[in-house]
Amino acid sequence: MSNPTPNDWRALGESFADKGYIASPDLAMALFIALKLGRPLLLEGAAGVGKTEVARTLALVKDTRLIRLQCYEGLDAAHAIYEWNYQRQLLAIRAAAEGGETGRSVEQRIFSEEFLLQRPLLEAIRQETPPVLLIDEIDRADEEFEAYLLEVLSDFQITVPELGTITARSIPHVILTSNGTRDLSDALRRRCLYAHVDFPSRESELRILAARHPEVEPALARQIVGFVQSLRKEDLEKTPGVAEMLDFAAALAGLGINDLSADPAVLQATLATLLKTQVDRASVPTEVAQRLAGKAS
Amino acid sequence: MSRITRFAARDPGPAARISGFMAHLRDNGLKLGVHETATAMRALSMVEAADPPEARLALKAVCAGSADEAARFDDLFDAYWRNDGRVRQKVVREEAATERQHTRSSQTAEEPQSARRGTTQSPEDGRDDGENATDGTARLIASRARNLMTKDLRELVSPQEIAAAETVARRLAAAIRDRRSRRRRAARKGEVIDFRRTVRLSLATGGEPLALPRRQRPERAVRLTVLCDVSGSMTAYARVFLAFVAGLIRGERTADAYLFHTKLVRITEALRDDDPLRALNRLTLMAEGFGGGSKIAANLDRFAHTYARQFVNGRSVVVVLSDGYDTDPPELMGQALQGLKRRGCRIVWLNPLAGWKGYEPIARGMAAARPHLDLFAPANTLASLAALESELARI
Repeated sequence: MSNPTPNDWRALGESFADKGYIASPDLAMALFIALKLGRPLLLEGAAGVGKTEVARTLALVKDTRLIRLQCYEGLDAAHAIYEWNYQRQLLAIRAAAEGGETGRSVEQRIFSEEFLLQRPLLEAIRQETPPVLLIDEIDRADEEFEAYLLEVLSDFQITVPELGTITARSIPHVILTSNGTRDLSDALRRRCLYAHVDFPSRESELRILAARHPEVEPALARQIVGFVQSLRKEDLEKTPGVAEMLDFAAALAGLGINDLSADPAVLQATLATLLKTQVDRASVPTEVAQRLAGKAS
Repeated sequence: MSRITRFAARDPGPAARISGFMAHLRDNGLKLGVHETATAMRALSMVEAADPPEARLALKAVCAGSADEAARFDDLFDAYWRNDGRVRQKVVREEAATERQHTRSSQTAEEPQSARRGTTQSPEDGRDDGENATDGTARLIASRARNLMTKDLRELVSPQEIAAAETVARRLAAAIRDRRSRRRRAARKGEVIDFRRTVRLSLATGGEPLALPRRQRPERAVRLTVLCDVSGSMTAYARVFLAFVAGLIRGERTADAYLFHTKLVRITEALRDDDPLRALNRLTLMAEGFGGGSKIAANLDRFAHTYARQFVNGRSVVVVLSDGYDTDPPELMGQALQGLKRRGCRIVWLNPLAGWKGYEPIARGMAAARPHLDLFAPANTLASLAALESELARI
């Protein structure tokens, strides 16, 4: 059974914090109103700021299922909504022909729910308890899909020509994320509530680290966060996100490091968790890493 | 400044105040309908509406719809609820009203405006302008200085020219199709079997799939991104190229455009304005430094690192309109284009100079650029742009 939404946006923010996600006031309020009004929430921000994590944490807070639809270029109805199980259908027709079943009844049987493969959107509206539906990186899907999605999000019903209209048993909590690789349509933006997710502030990031990796010493945690925060200001191809920061902390904790600037070789080796391209690795040589680590401590 | 709200004396009620606020947001360019006003009221009923920070957060979640709007929202909120908005709101309205006046008739309204414009400009500037505009042949005008004088683009490009350019731009955009779609549609011939229809048809033949309908990847449009050089050496061709850029943006919904001289400016939003004349007005404001020196490599590099990350992908064709006369060393040009190429896009360079080969500064820069280009062609009139249709279809 899903938990009720707290009656206060601060309480919602706190229950997120309990599950290890530190939400900014903007985000907590947007989430609260979206849940209360039953409207989709559109999250925008750079890659790695924790947009997908919001949906995961919401599913934990509400104690419900998370259904995820990863968008990509060329995503179509067969992968997003439903598809018929063709192999089974063909076998059933052959079996029916040998058993002497009439064409009419075979047709009715093979276009029944038994032969329907549910994809995320259909699955989400057919749950008894409202699930969290995460539509990830909507900007990667093409515009035709966006228009279709808009229809589903306003009516919460899906029409399968052979079956008829399937109406939602419960309205899912919808979270859309976008990395801003293309402009979304105004119609979709108007349909959704909006929150822009930024990289966390120093204090928030410290709280995130403490929540996820309590074993990291406070002094080292301050160094790690300071280091990653100043690394984000460097001109990099791919700015390290929150997940990378947590990997970095886990790597340092696993190696038993207590001081970031103690061993340049180890620091350089663990940078593999933060810098993911050759160019970025080359642009942060040992001296730069040492300078940033020195500033952080 | 007083922090007391002015409507306390004769308060028409909270609903009227909220709709007033929504009107204020609309005046400032946020796209909000009646529906949003209702949503805002409901959202406020769920929080401590009397507490300003809370009301601010709630209204922000409902009213802001993009990163830009979210960033501006706090100022707009303060402007309205904290009474700083009186002046600002008036200014915006007045501007909008004068703009509307100018757009009502293109001919009569244009004249007094350009006349007024003329008095604010230095005389040398105007003469220089006319000289270049009449010069249609390819010739090189070097200018290294950073010229921050704002030139009026309306004197260069007329709405009629934009309309003509729009047709050409549309045809060019249609010529470049992308054949790498992953989505498939039902088709007579195709590489993949359409299972859904096969099953449906095999019912008639007792389960034997005799007819095999097919699916195929449809050809789809590419995204055109245009980078137009408006530095001093390009002044003679600015007329053609700007009309082309304006036509392209207005004809193709997915196209994207930038101007560069010593700086790089995104002009897509400005050109999408409903009225071509007003679009040029806005463009003039943005083209500050028009006619100055050029830093092509630096601008391409900046583009690759900023806008390209967001707007350029494997389906993009980046068109550079420039004479290649760069004040930066040629090695930088190669690096910048290589960085841009990494986004997966195709790059087309259209150079207005046909006879640049003998001119060393350009030859070196272009030689560095050539390995990274998918198409390099000369073009300096609208007709020569239109003639590129078949060339572009091949990339």
